[in-house]
Amino acid sequence: MASLKELKGRINSVKSTQKITKAKQMVAAAKLRKAQANAEAARPYAGRLAAVMASIASKITVSENSPKLLAGTGKDQVHLLVVANSDKGLCGALNSNIVKASLVAARELEAQGKTVLFYLVGRKGRAVIRRAYPKAILDQFDTTHVREPGYSEAEQIADALLALYEAGKFDVAHLFYARFQSALAQVPTQQQIIPVPAPKAELAAGGDAAVEYEPDEEEILAALLPRYLKTQLFGALLENMASEQGASMTAMDNATRNAGDLINKLTIQYNRSRQAAITTELIEIIAGAEAL
Amino acid sequence: MALHFELVTPARLVRSEDVHMVVVPGTEGEFGVLEGHAPFMSTVRDGTLRIYKTEGGAPEEIEVQGGFAEVGANGLTVLAEHVES
Repeated sequence: MASLKELKGRINSVKSTQKITKAKQMVAAAKLRKAQANAEAARPYAGRLAAVMASIASKITVSENSPKLLAGTGKDQVHLLVVANSDKGLCGALNSNIVKASLVAARELEAQGKTVLFYLVGRKGRAVIRRAYPKAILDQFDTTHVREPGYSEAEQIADALLALYEAGKFDVAHLFYARFQSALAQVPTQQQIIPVPAPKAELAAGGDAAVEYEPDEEEILAALLPRYLKTQLFGALLENMASEQGASMTAMDNATRNAGDLINKLTIQYNRSRQAAITTELIEIIAGAEAL
Repeated sequence: MALHFELVTPARLVRSEDVHMVVVPGTEGEFGVLEGHAPFMSTVRDGTLRIYKTEGGAPEEIEVQGGFAEVGANGLTVLAEHVES
């Protein structure tokens, strides 16, 4: 059995770990509220943009002359997987779930004979994907220098993706991120972003009135598509941010509770050994007194 | 007699109010929107958005960068990428 001093040391070390996990949990809870507010504030723009997209897309027929972003390159060979992870750990299985989802999709695509490339956002998950597909990583985007990924980061990512698309590096792009459901549940989600999937027509309902366009529909659509892509990336970044904080809060809550259990167990063990030592001492004293 | 005006950026809803008239810097020229305007859609160039709260009053100016203006049955919606007010 461990000595009293050793036990005391262990109890203290678990206590300080508990302090750290508790602090991280509270920080995550505060940040989660902010991240959720950000995600909510972004919703009107995304909603309006989708409605405008739908009303224009319903008026235009996709042909060879349509913008490449909508019609695609005409091929379906090279798939780019854009994997958005967080920068920090201490958030449970969040990042490994996203990475796992992307690797499963990559294997499926490879089984169909497609070429798979990766574009990585965020610091986590790089190592795993690099090990699985050492030569498939096209590029990565670093978000470590910003505290909160915002619209300017989404713009930079979208511009980089558009440049790669224009250069013909890939035909189809999928985005992987964690959709925030609640602090307990974050769902790894796959979404096609290029070519832009035509929005559902029901969104356009109510736009029957003859709308005048200036410049014409095609030019508006050409300007709209990159913006739509940026908004989607921005939305994914915000969802990811909220997911990270939610997952972190839950993971740290569990860790704090585990540390508490461990402290209780160790304290009982400590008290027992102390009592055993006292009893032994007493027996020795009594035995000594009786011998006299 | 008021025009419902909304200015939205990716980060937040900047304005949502009833105003008299808004002058929007469209790509093919500035245009003013009053209540009851026909459905209309235009791209917006970088420029100044002027909001007239009341008829003949001094306009409030907001710098916008890139985006769309849409006039529909429920008023004017400007989707801008960046806003400086």
